[in-house]
Amino acid sequence: MMKAYLLAAMIGAGFLASSLTASAADGSAILQSQCASCHALTQPENTSLDRLWERKGPDLYYAGVKFNKPWLVKWLQDPARIRPAGEFYRKHIKKGDKTDVVDESTLTVHPKLAQADAEAAADALLALKGPEGLIETGKYDAGKKPSPMAKMLFTKLRGCYACHSTGDGKGGLSGSSLETAGDRLQPDFIYSYIKDPQKIDKGIWMPKLKISEQDLQNLTGYIAQLKGKEGK
Amino acid sequence: MNISRSVSLLAGMSLIFLGSLATPVSAADDQFKHAEKLYDTYCAQCHGADRDGNGLNSTFISVQPRDHSDPKGMGDIPNDEIIEVIKKGGLAANKSVLMPAWGEIFSDEEVDQLAAYLRHICKCGSN
Repeated sequence: MMKAYLLAAMIGAGFLASSLTASAADGSAILQSQCASCHALTQPENTSLDRLWERKGPDLYYAGVKFNKPWLVKWLQDPARIRPAGEFYRKHIKKGDKTDVVDESTLTVHPKLAQADAEAAADALLALKGPEGLIETGKYDAGKKPSPMAKMLFTKLRGCYACHSTGDGKGGLSGSSLETAGDRLQPDFIYSYIKDPQKIDKGIWMPKLKISEQDLQNLTGYIAQLKGKEGK
Repeated sequence: MNISRSVSLLAGMSLIFLGSLATPVSAADDQFKHAEKLYDTYCAQCHGADRDGNGLNSTFISVQPRDHSDPKGMGDIPNDEIIEVIKKGGLAANKSVLMPAWGEIFSDEEVDQLAAYLRHICKCGSN
């Protein structure tokens, strides 16, 4: 009798292990087959400007310290454009009546995944942590409410709004839209990216500002609370 | 004037015209190739693909980005100030806070190249 229990337990454990392995393998396989042609899944050695111009999507080798899983799972099933002018903006603009405008005809649509694939891909993405020390963890104080000045910092004083939209059709177009940044991004990533975008995304067209710790905290707090209707 | 003489005259003039077009442009291309790439990567988002201050983001910026194709406006700015503003941002020269400091991204040599490139596109001398 004991032997039968043991056998059942071993079979059960074996099944569980194999199903977990299969799920993890599926996620990695999905990344390799569907994502790798446009996104770097390992840290690229080449960080030249030419590579920046040629890459078709943002690097994902540090996706695990960047994204929130619920957002990833949802977005992969129904991807809405995050960068209004695509990646990279300079290749997707044309002359408008007065200013440069986005040339929508050159933008491509991100592929959609089925729910199970989105779950598996999200798990595999969250396992990609990038090199040690890429972001600063624990510096952002989530318990502290951002100052009422935080929005002013974003829109005027530090000029983030010049390149980043917060939805409602306002705000710049060359950077990513931050309309649902709080759903999408981990607060430590927001903090670290504002502090030194070049450390995380070498060559990116976002400047490294000299910015006080207090402003960093406030900007991170402001951006982290930008959420879609369901995230609020 | 007979026909063959007209044709050879025309061909000669065409060659001279083509030569006058090709030589300076290709030389300029080589000299400013890297600065042009830097401009198109970092500056064009606000200052425009045509370098006229009407970039993709310009609608959302309270102060119109500088028109780099304007010989008068650019000609009035000394080289030192151009270099200072690229490196340290607009505030360093009492200009817009919305012009960020790029000194952490560009090397000193690249800033110099960009300043020379700005002189090239505004056609407004060296000082």
